[in-house]
Amino acid sequence: MVNKVMWIIFVGVLVLGLSACAAPQPSEADVPQELTVMTHDSFSASEGLIAQFEQENNLKVVFLKSGDTGSVLNRAILSKNAPLADVLYGVDNTFLTRALDADIFESYTSPALEQVADEYQLDDQNRVTPVDYGDVCINYDKAYFAEKELAVPQSLDDLLKPEYKGLLVIENPATSSPGLAFMLATVAEYGADGYLDFWKALRENEVAVVNNWDTAYYTNFSASTGKGQQPMVVSYGSSPPVEVVYASQPLDDAPTASLVGKNMCFRQIEFVGILKGSKNINAAQKFIDFMLSKPFQEDLPLQMFVFPVNPEAQLPEVFVKYAQIPASPARLDSQMISENREIWIDAWTEVVLK
Amino acid sequence: MNLTQRPDIVRPTRKGMPATIWLWAAPILFLAAFYMLPVASIFGLAGRTALNEGLTFNIWLKVLRPLGFTVWQASLSTVLTLVIGLPAAYLFARFEFKGKAFLRVLSTLPFILPTVVVAASFNALLGPNGWINQWLMSIFQLESAPLLFVNSLWAILIAHVFYNTSVVIRVVGSAWEQMDARLEQAARVMGASPIKALREVTLPLLRPAIVSAALLVFIFDFTSFGVILLLGGPRFSTLEVEIYIQTLQMLNLPLAGLLSLIQLVCTLLLTILYARINQQKAIPMPPRVRGEGKRKAKGWQEKAFVGISIVVLVILLVAPLAALGLRSIMWLDGGQNAGSQDFTLTYYRALFENPRQSIFFVPPIEAIRNSMIYAASTVGITLALGFLIAYALRERNPANRLMDGLLMLPMGTSAVTLGLGFILVFHNPYLGRTNFPWMVPVAHSLVALPFMVRTLQPAIASIPESYRQAAAVMGASPLRVWLEVDLPILSRAVVVGCVFAFTISLGEFGATTFLSRPEYPTMPVAIFAFLSRPGATNYGQALAMATILMAVCAIGIWIVERLQISETRSF
Repeated sequence: MVNKVMWIIFVGVLVLGLSACAAPQPSEADVPQELTVMTHDSFSASEGLIAQFEQENNLKVVFLKSGDTGSVLNRAILSKNAPLADVLYGVDNTFLTRALDADIFESYTSPALEQVADEYQLDDQNRVTPVDYGDVCINYDKAYFAEKELAVPQSLDDLLKPEYKGLLVIENPATSSPGLAFMLATVAEYGADGYLDFWKALRENEVAVVNNWDTAYYTNFSASTGKGQQPMVVSYGSSPPVEVVYASQPLDDAPTASLVGKNMCFRQIEFVGILKGSKNINAAQKFIDFMLSKPFQEDLPLQMFVFPVNPEAQLPEVFVKYAQIPASPARLDSQMISENREIWIDAWTEVVLK
Repeated sequence: MNLTQRPDIVRPTRKGMPATIWLWAAPILFLAAFYMLPVASIFGLAGRTALNEGLTFNIWLKVLRPLGFTVWQASLSTVLTLVIGLPAAYLFARFEFKGKAFLRVLSTLPFILPTVVVAASFNALLGPNGWINQWLMSIFQLESAPLLFVNSLWAILIAHVFYNTSVVIRVVGSAWEQMDARLEQAARVMGASPIKALREVTLPLLRPAIVSAALLVFIFDFTSFGVILLLGGPRFSTLEVEIYIQTLQMLNLPLAGLLSLIQLVCTLLLTILYARINQQKAIPMPPRVRGEGKRKAKGWQEKAFVGISIVVLVILLVAPLAALGLRSIMWLDGGQNAGSQDFTLTYYRALFENPRQSIFFVPPIEAIRNSMIYAASTVGITLALGFLIAYALRERNPANRLMDGLLMLPMGTSAVTLGLGFILVFHNPYLGRTNFPWMVPVAHSLVALPFMVRTLQPAIASIPESYRQAAAVMGASPLRVWLEVDLPILSRAVVVGCVFAFTISLGEFGATTFLSRPEYPTMPVAIFAFLSRPGATNYGQALAMATILMAVCAIGIWIVERLQISETRSF
């Protein structure tokens, strides 16, 4: 029996030892220079593209992921005095002012920025560089609207009509980034004084509220696998093509589409920046140029389901076919968002949830 | 006769025990470096920011309302969990029935499942379009779903019972098994009714274990995050949810720090209360041979009890797990197979493919390996520290009571606070490269350690000192006494503690997202990544991965329990 106990202890020690060895041991000699990129959990890219970039510049790119946009930015601000990375990718226009106020970025004007439309360049000192954009839009269940012979809403006002009673599920702006974006769209449409009236009316029209995107999409939305009760959900403009790409059986058509009326979608722009204190500014600048280059920009849609800011980049066919890009998406000044985020959310909570 | 009032068997107190200090050395170093330092640095930062920017928020709305609801739902959940858990503990401790080992393993599984997955399987069963509502609607020809479960207080309570019943079964069940069945029998022979025997013999003897279990369950419910967020919906907010919102969405560190502090103080008060209640010394009870007090159910009352208990456990704990497993092998979307309920392994196959050549693709085997390495390390760390602490706690003095309370604090600390604290302290260019892989098991150990101590401590306290003395008199060295007296008696408790450490590590998600490296994701992290994208394949892969997680955990628990059985046979 004692032997058995010793044996268990031995195995335990062995496992502990092995797990310690499993940690990578970088060798000293001849390693390419390391470039650390801090980003959110949704970041993705093709392996081959990154490998090519590493080879051409004799670099090793290390990615550091930590949660969603908010937690990445928090992490960067908290570690400002001893930066964890050279580059930060993923700050969006809702968090931009907060990031700029914290003074964590070095200015860099990439030559590739010339081609990028002005509407995406939100910092005149180029401390951050736009990489991609995406729209938070309401998706609707095409089969449901066809079957009921119901016209789709054309504007935010339409959502208040009795025929759409109880048909929309949204996310709580306090806990979800698309939820916040959609609330901001209503602020853009009705103004900071008027958006609450819209929400009062929407509440009366029995809007369903959940805390996060997964629940809204997979549980409440009727066109997803959850076959829920609401045929409209706040999601992304890229969700319909993604449904086709990730269908488990080939589909002839996207089961969903986006509502792209005026101010119904909120445009999120994502930025990259060089962190102050980086020891590797040269390599970091190369990485930003690389992110704006055509191959990387064309890789974006199918990796992260966002749209390229480089006008030369071609969209994949499935995006051309199934993604609608709104003609007049809602926009708000990031300074204004930064100053009012908490106030707007708190007021919204009182009106919609209490 | 109340057994707890019996004069205690006198244990000789060794004067001036410096050994306790040595026992505490390693645990204190561990807690200081990996708990107090990170948390203190977060509070420091929050405090400095508060001084610079000032505190401006509505105390009632942001602090008192969530605090009130947190206490309310945790109390209700704990009571309900005990109501379900205590009969189940009795069932496992005293009765033999077919499929017992299997049911025992299954009842532990809920503990590990990430809440996103649990929410999905609860919805599959109880949601407005869930199987139960569809079935009710077709039977009674109803227009709309009769059961509105999701986004209600009931959803929160039932999910908490689902998660934490295994804590009661394990902690109370193992104490019950350890208890001499002859005590109850003697009471019955002397004419006590079953109720009286339960009230005056069994419950007083089990009280330390019940209070321990209730405390653990309460703290878990008190700091509950995913269940409130996903099943309770936006109308319910606890302190933990508010901390998450303030830290990550509002970037309001002062308020988040204040909320964390309140949560910590509440945890500390609870443990002090616990120490008060459990102040009486445990009664040393001679160890029992495994299976000694167990029997088959006799008579209709016992048979009915066993039958009903099994049915309740199966409905409550096993049905959601089964729904999850079943959905992972069914087509989730329309297309060519629409309508037919053909089974498929598509989603399992998809786990091994990387069609878009993503640089972050991790084959499932690697995620399983990462999770196993982290879990094994967590078991190792908590076992070593847990033994030291449990022995140190044998001495009853104010210093020990204080340490006992401090030990519970990591459980009452929000994963967000702890994760940010780790980053603040350990992500330091002077300490080496970013994101050490060892931070994950260390963070898991902080949460698992109180469980290990809570299961080991009562068992150690129950070893009669005379056994050790007898062995020592007969010439056994202290090491030999420990190996041949203490360890065999403790084997049950060790197994329970290891199962907890193992499952806590496998299922932990909150702190892991902060600390794990993208190239070494754990299974819950992988599940979460799938769930963040639309499309049936992604959802299916999340379900498949969750089913694999359950299977891996079940196998792990089964192996650990096997070790225990062979252990006590030779005893």
